[in-house]
Amino acid sequence: MNAIISLDHVGMEFPAVDGVGTVMALEDVNLDFRENEFVVALGASGCGKTTLLNVIAGFLSPTSGQVLHKGMPVGGPGRDRGVVFQKHALLPWLDVVENTEFGLKLQGVAARDRRTRARENLALVGLSEFERYPIYQLSGGMQQRVGLARALTCDPDMLLMDEPLGALDAFTRENMQELILDVWRKTRKVVFFITHSVEEALFMATRLIVMSPRPGRITHQYDLEFYERYFESGDARTVKSSSDFIRIREEVLSIIYGEEVGE
Amino acid sequence: MAAILDAFRRRSPQAVDQFGAPGRGKSTAISAVTIAIILGGWWIVTQLELIRPLFLPSPEMVIAKFNKIACTEFYFEKLLTAIGIMDEVSAVCHGFSEHTLHEHILWSLYRVFGSFFLAVVTAVPIGIAMGMSRLARGVFDPPIEFYRPIPPLAYLPLTIIWFGIGESGKLFLIFLACFAPVAINARAGVRSVSIEQIHAAYSMGATRNQVLRHVVIKAALPEILTGMRVAIAFGWTTLVAAEMVAAKAGIGVMVLNAARFLATDIVFLGIVVIGAVAFVFDLIMRKIERTLVPWKGKV
Ligand SMILES: Nc1ncnc2c1ncn2[C@@H]1O[C@H](COP(=O)(O)OP(=O)(O)OP(=O)(O)O)[C@@H](O)[C@H]1O
Ligand SMILES: [Mg+2]
Repeated sequence: MNAIISLDHVGMEFPAVDGVGTVMALEDVNLDFRENEFVVALGASGCGKTTLLNVIAGFLSPTSGQVLHKGMPVGGPGRDRGVVFQKHALLPWLDVVENTEFGLKLQGVAARDRRTRARENLALVGLSEFERYPIYQLSGGMQQRVGLARALTCDPDMLLMDEPLGALDAFTRENMQELILDVWRKTRKVVFFITHSVEEALFMATRLIVMSPRPGRITHQYDLEFYERYFESGDARTVKSSSDFIRIREEVLSIIYGEEVGE
Repeated sequence: MAAILDAFRRRSPQAVDQFGAPGRGKSTAISAVTIAIILGGWWIVTQLELIRPLFLPSPEMVIAKFNKIACTEFYFEKLLTAIGIMDEVSAVCHGFSEHTLHEHILWSLYRVFGSFFLAVVTAVPIGIAMGMSRLARGVFDPPIEFYRPIPPLAYLPLTIIWFGIGESGKLFLIFLACFAPVAINARAGVRSVSIEQIHAAYSMGATRNQVLRHVVIKAALPEILTGMRVAIAFGWTTLVAAEMVAAKAGIGVMVLNAARFLATDIVFLGIVVIGAVAFVFDLIMRKIERTLVPWKGKV
């Protein structure tokens, strides 16, 4: 199957903090995102996950290699790649529905059309009743749901999410995992999702990539289908406490710890 | 009395939250008491004649001067003749320094708000440009940072040499006082936009202009308004200096002339009027702030 986005020998070098030499944040990363994939990146802090996402989003241009969108080189951020940030990054002077339709407004879509599409996506994330709320009166989880609806409303090919659930409490976080999976099942966007939680990664991913630091590289990949079990049973806790889930969780954990110790 | 005590005892719903942000809750009642104590103290001290009226005129004297300079009686009678209750106006209107109080006030308002308006329309774009572009920052930063701490009285002679003693020099002096705070706050406002908000806009297909219009300027608005509040206060501070130079009318002129004749009551009146007008404007600005940027401080 053809890749929607592919990374071709991508490297990213930053000037080091002390001004001498450089930091290899990414080195020779090759990665294809194919239709319907939910790719989760996992790795110790500082291994280049955010850098990778920023390169895909087009916020950074790689110092070597290139990012291709359906075969064409990516020159910068664009509507085909929606982003959900760790800190919600919503616009506080707009209410929930205005934030959601913001991308369509930028494109000059007529007010009525964009309102309709924004409402569809708010319904998808379960926020229909809150469309006239100011952003600062929403809980953290609701703000992330608006961020997701906002990205979906631009109808991108791919969704990029950098620790979107990192700031949430454990309970809200589990609910959000299920909500994001449900949304993904309905919309079938390609997803690139960064997390620090091994459990979250295993639960949600169709493909897990494990990265290691200095230089940032992809060291392991797993094809997973725990999400399928969730879709069948609707019971996330049972999936997460099954014996094979726990076994692979410990395996991935030992890889990540091993890399940290091995420095 | 009981009502006042009650106002102290009763706390707003936020204040019940003992461990919230310090200093929350309404302070209006407490402020009212402070003002009452100051006014009461003033009245008592002058009633007991502890201080000579030359140094501290009594409230009654100031009110009487107000009525005289504002021509209260004259305008009241004029109103009565207009609606046919009186046949002709018998009171005379003198004012002070050949102008009534409201003429003085209008002249000062014109100078302060004229300069303020000019400062806002120039300083907001320049401040935003300074926040957005290296070039603009490099160009405007040195002059603004250089002149900003200089007291207006120090460059007053220069404005006379450059502009003469007409209106333009006065406007320029107040303009300078208002310009720096607006520009500096607009620049800081631009800086307060989070990189995520800008990235989000770009990844929704925004152009550079759209990011500026729909994100940067909106995000800078709270600080621009703060800058305007500071600027208008600076404007009033500079007013008297501006009116020192050959002005015929204005609250500053009134105070300066009164001081020459040791008319302390008029000096007091002028000070109270400037304070009151500045205070009212500040209230209006706060109201504008609440309606225009309700999210301020909440994100
Ligand atoms: N703008 C930059 N300038 C210089 N160095 C940078 C820059 N951005 C990232 N780096 C460096 O690149 C490396 C990877 O950073 P990155 O933010 O991608 O890590 P991460 O995997 O997202 O970490 P975390 O899990 O803590 O978010 C780090 O060593 C970091 O110091
Ligand atoms: Mg990161």
